[in-house]
Amino acid sequence: MVALDCPRLEGGRDHQARLTCCALAVALAVTMLMSLSHGASGVSLWSLTLGDAMPARDRLILWEIRLPRMLTGILVGASLAMAGAVMQGLFRNPLADPGLVGVGAGAGLGAVLAIVLGGMAPLWLGAALGYHLVPVAAFLGGWLSTLLLYRVATRSGRTSVATMLLAGIALGALAGAVTGVLVYIADDRQLRDLTFWGLGSLGGASWPKLMAAGPVMILALVAAPFLARGLNGLALGEAAAHHIGLPVQRVKTVAILTVAAATGAAVAVAGGIGFIGIVVPHLLRLATGPDHRFLLINAGLAGAILLLLADLIARSIIAPAELPIGIVTATLGAPVFLWILLRRRGVVDL
Amino acid sequence: MTGRSLLTVGRFHASLTAILLVASVATSARAEEGPQRVVAAGGSAAEIVYALGQGDRLIARDTTSSYPEAVLALPDVGYVRQLSPENLIAMDPDLILAEHDAGPPETIEILTHAGVPMVTLPQALTPADVLAKIAATAEALGVPEAGAALAEKTSADFDAAAAAAASMPARPRVLFVLSLQGGRILAAGDDTSAAAMIGLAGGVNAVEGLSGYKPLTDEAAIAAAPDVILAMDRGGDLEVEASELVAQPALALTPAGQAGLVIRMDGLYLLGFGPRTGAAALELNAALRAAVEEKG
Repeated sequence: MVALDCPRLEGGRDHQARLTCCALAVALAVTMLMSLSHGASGVSLWSLTLGDAMPARDRLILWEIRLPRMLTGILVGASLAMAGAVMQGLFRNPLADPGLVGVGAGAGLGAVLAIVLGGMAPLWLGAALGYHLVPVAAFLGGWLSTLLLYRVATRSGRTSVATMLLAGIALGALAGAVTGVLVYIADDRQLRDLTFWGLGSLGGASWPKLMAAGPVMILALVAAPFLARGLNGLALGEAAAHHIGLPVQRVKTVAILTVAAATGAAVAVAGGIGFIGIVVPHLLRLATGPDHRFLLINAGLAGAILLLLADLIARSIIAPAELPIGIVTATLGAPVFLWILLRRRGVVDL
Repeated sequence: MTGRSLLTVGRFHASLTAILLVASVATSARAEEGPQRVVAAGGSAAEIVYALGQGDRLIARDTTSSYPEAVLALPDVGYVRQLSPENLIAMDPDLILAEHDAGPPETIEILTHAGVPMVTLPQALTPADVLAKIAATAEALGVPEAGAALAEKTSADFDAAAAAAASMPARPRVLFVLSLQGGRILAAGDDTSAAAMIGLAGGVNAVEGLSGYKPLTDEAAIAAAPDVILAMDRGGDLEVEASELVAQPALALTPAGQAGLVIRMDGLYLLGFGPRTGAAALELNAALRAAVEEKG
């Protein structure tokens, strides 16, 4: 475990983690350029260098379609991966993902409610939100269910992560049941909307959506790295972490709220994109070790890269149609992950 | 990167007005010939375009467009509610014929921004709606004469179906079975195109008080007491064998099951609510009439 590593080895791993961080940053920059310059319309970023000669249509494709989509992809990918890393650290469990704090179930329920019952929303609400009703409902649903779980699990100022985990399973089952009722009363069109929502997509990215959800994700992404020392300490167990002087309760509270904000906003703009939150942190642990000081930032960078690449494939592989991105992340990511696990049998640690 | 992008977004908005101006001028100049690069988003849109004899103007279609067969050769732009803005703009269409539920709304907004001409067709569950849809399509394509002719023919089909339905000696109870997954009946309730079609053909939907396509318990199926079972006739998972239908324990106990009365028709023909719907209603009516006679 982290703090018990011998100094020499830790020094070696630190160096490696820093190198990885730089490499990931460069890779992200390259991926961003690729994402901006590839698409069905054949508009290339290089035509920008020609200055004002760019046709208006190409300009529109770059600035109104590709740029907001790319920025949304970066924020969503980074949020999901970093939130996953925080959850695994907090729960000291390799299976933990952002869904554990009830965000997934709550956001899903919110989205389903909005899709199926959205037509019955009061007129003023419909007029104010329009088609943003689904993302707003998803965000509120995720956030409210996290607050509820946090309350259930907190007794006299102490949060029990085990209680939270169990309550999360109960809440997930309840949300599943309510979702089932809504699926039953949904019509065919709404059912297809639900299915596609569950598979995720960056297709709906736009400036207004990015302006609304972006700040929440950025806030969470900036806050998360400050949890690194606390999470490293928690790896020793709560009691030990308390004895070495860590503000254990504060770390837990901040971690839970950060994850709820990041995941809630990410799910709201992009729907349910599985896999990134659980696999990206593990890949990086295998590559550079479990020290959260590097893990959180590296996971954010790698998550952004992975989601941008997946989106690039999703929108070009069956053009002019578009594949839901959740299919791409799982199809590409799962075999790679299995292969790495096979090669390094039994060395997955937190 | 971000600083530059914000600047350019500002410039972009200035140029947007220019695009919109150019687009509107261009559309009015071409109005004589009508649009030549049309994307059909929605099954009935493509069907009407072909029925108007304008099929060669289509350059792409969505996943739900499958009739006539020629349309399948066109590139597929995806599911009608999951259209991708860049991919659509890349097709360089001069008209998108969209059904009422085409989406997502973000894509529609960007296409409107980009000045891609788009016509949204009204939803159709009645003969009058179908005629309105034909008229809207014909107007968008600039072929009013062909539109009037098709409307007249479709209207005559509907009239013939209505007359045939009115002259039915008795109105049979019809149960529409969408699928029979694992022996569970998925039946059409109210507010479905199947229920509307049964009504047009002179039958009565056997399932009352349910909205949409819903799983039916065995007891409810027996209580519905259908005289005739109606199912879709098409390849793939949704195909339900007639023998399978009457062998289902609950359906076997109904009048339709005991007499073995199952009518099967092509799904899009039966439920598409397009120009062929009048003819489909007439055909269903004839089948219902034959079934009633056989039973009586």
